[in-house]
Amino acid sequence: MSSFDPVAIRREFPTLDQQVNGKPLVYLDNAATSQKPRSVLDALNGYYLHDNANVHRGIHELSRRATEAYEEARAKVARWINAADPHELVWTRGTTDAINLVAGSWGMDNIKAGDEILLTVLEHHSNLVPWQLLARRVGAKLRYVEIDDQGRLELGDLPSLLTERTKLVAFNHVSNALGTINPVKDIVAAAKKVGAVVLVDGAQGAVHMPVDVQDLGADFYAFSGHKMCGPTGIGALWGRRELLESMEPYQGGGEMIEFVERDMSTWAEVPHKFEAGTPNIAGAIGFGAAVDFLATLPAEEVAAHERALMSYAMERLAEVPGMRIYGPESVEDRSAVVSFTMGDAHPHDISTILDSEGIAVRAGHHCAQLVMKRFGVSATARASFYIYNTRDEIDRLADALEVVRGIFG
Amino acid sequence: METPQLSSLYQQLILEHYRSPRNKGDLPDKTVEIHMRNPSCGDEIRLQLRIEDGRIAEAKFVGSGCSISQAAVSMMTGLIKGRALDEADALAERFKEMMHGDEAAAKDRSMGDLRALAGVSKFPVRVKCALLGFDALQEALKQTAGGEEH
Repeated sequence: MSSFDPVAIRREFPTLDQQVNGKPLVYLDNAATSQKPRSVLDALNGYYLHDNANVHRGIHELSRRATEAYEEARAKVARWINAADPHELVWTRGTTDAINLVAGSWGMDNIKAGDEILLTVLEHHSNLVPWQLLARRVGAKLRYVEIDDQGRLELGDLPSLLTERTKLVAFNHVSNALGTINPVKDIVAAAKKVGAVVLVDGAQGAVHMPVDVQDLGADFYAFSGHKMCGPTGIGALWGRRELLESMEPYQGGGEMIEFVERDMSTWAEVPHKFEAGTPNIAGAIGFGAAVDFLATLPAEEVAAHERALMSYAMERLAEVPGMRIYGPESVEDRSAVVSFTMGDAHPHDISTILDSEGIAVRAGHHCAQLVMKRFGVSATARASFYIYNTRDEIDRLADALEVVRGIFG
Repeated sequence: METPQLSSLYQQLILEHYRSPRNKGDLPDKTVEIHMRNPSCGDEIRLQLRIEDGRIAEAKFVGSGCSISQAAVSMMTGLIKGRALDEADALAERFKEMMHGDEAAAKDRSMGDLRALAGVSKFPVRVKCALLGFDALQEALKQTAGGEEH
């Protein structure tokens, strides 16, 4: 008997316990955002009810408590990704903000006209558009790693794509659109041969199990709290300390300075140098509570549970006539995401019909229009699973797809 | 909130227009073309009109997207052909009223097949799908009017 019980876990998530359109909610839009356990909600509330004060400013008791909780949360999240030092973890608004920080600070100072930035067509827009903006400003060139018919990176092309002009390689750990798990270490090794800096978009990577940034070997790792049981509006950038120290601030303001003179100022130490203004204190504390919660779960069993859900979902969906599933065929190569289309039923119509059955899936381009173009579709429907989903819910999904078939034939 | 019925959304007439759209294809002698996209979902149409003597002489479209967006533009092109520009604009306004839940508009015979889309008003997130064609129409009317002023 496994000690990990998704049904017991569900009780910790109040949102899951409700009826939608007269049916028990089946929440399968976890790649967009996860639901929040009670402990995270309590942490947010607890901060506002008892400890609310600004951080790193006051001498008074509440400020001391708020600062302590805020920095403790940093240490917890840093431990979740096995950062060598909590000071390597910069709080951001989320993954997008973290990537923009690197583009706006490191990128502006280190990428010059004629330099190349290597991306992949698998990227979320948040790991494309900041580099497009940067490339346009400095005159750099964007290059792309293509994907094969199963949505896996064409890594055989890396040797020809990586040259001494490549200053940065940026790619996702796990694709949000297809679930492809990318071999981060292999790509890092290839990038390092040409001396490129590597940024990993970890928005879908750190969410199911701990990540070891030291082992991955990249230079930056960006991720969000809300996809891993934490609140929205808080995320983090992990960066190698020497890189972070070499970088100019991203935004100026309070909190990020040391001494301010009329013409120039000196900066606070890393990571505060990058945290101008009053931060999302409650969000950071909530993010800390989220990793506390996840850390209580047996990582191996969570991974096995999600793989089993994936296998079962792929099996049940494959039975549906007209079904086309995108992404890697092997469950080993994909995270808990199934992107699909079904005959001439448009993904929006699929999603509306599933919603009427109480089932939440995402329909659209998933902020990955390059992926959609690669497969010649404008949109897909996407079911994504998390720790609290069950086999019964996949049966509900498969049954509801029969309703879609009833309408669209 | 009352649970909206799927059957009120996916009427046979809508599915029929979706599967066999009317007036689909390019219009070589168009006088105005509007490309309208719904970035959040990828619905897309190119509405092509030939406007002569203040009337819509011909209307065609090319596009792709969900059943609601494509059926609505298929129905719309059938109804606006031969209409004066202000009549076409009035139809667009009437359709918007129907999308906001106006029951009188939903029974208005001048709306033709479009009445089958009345149920969309119960699915607020899908209203923008239904409006895509009419947004293109109103933009085309605006551009045509602007062109005449010069």
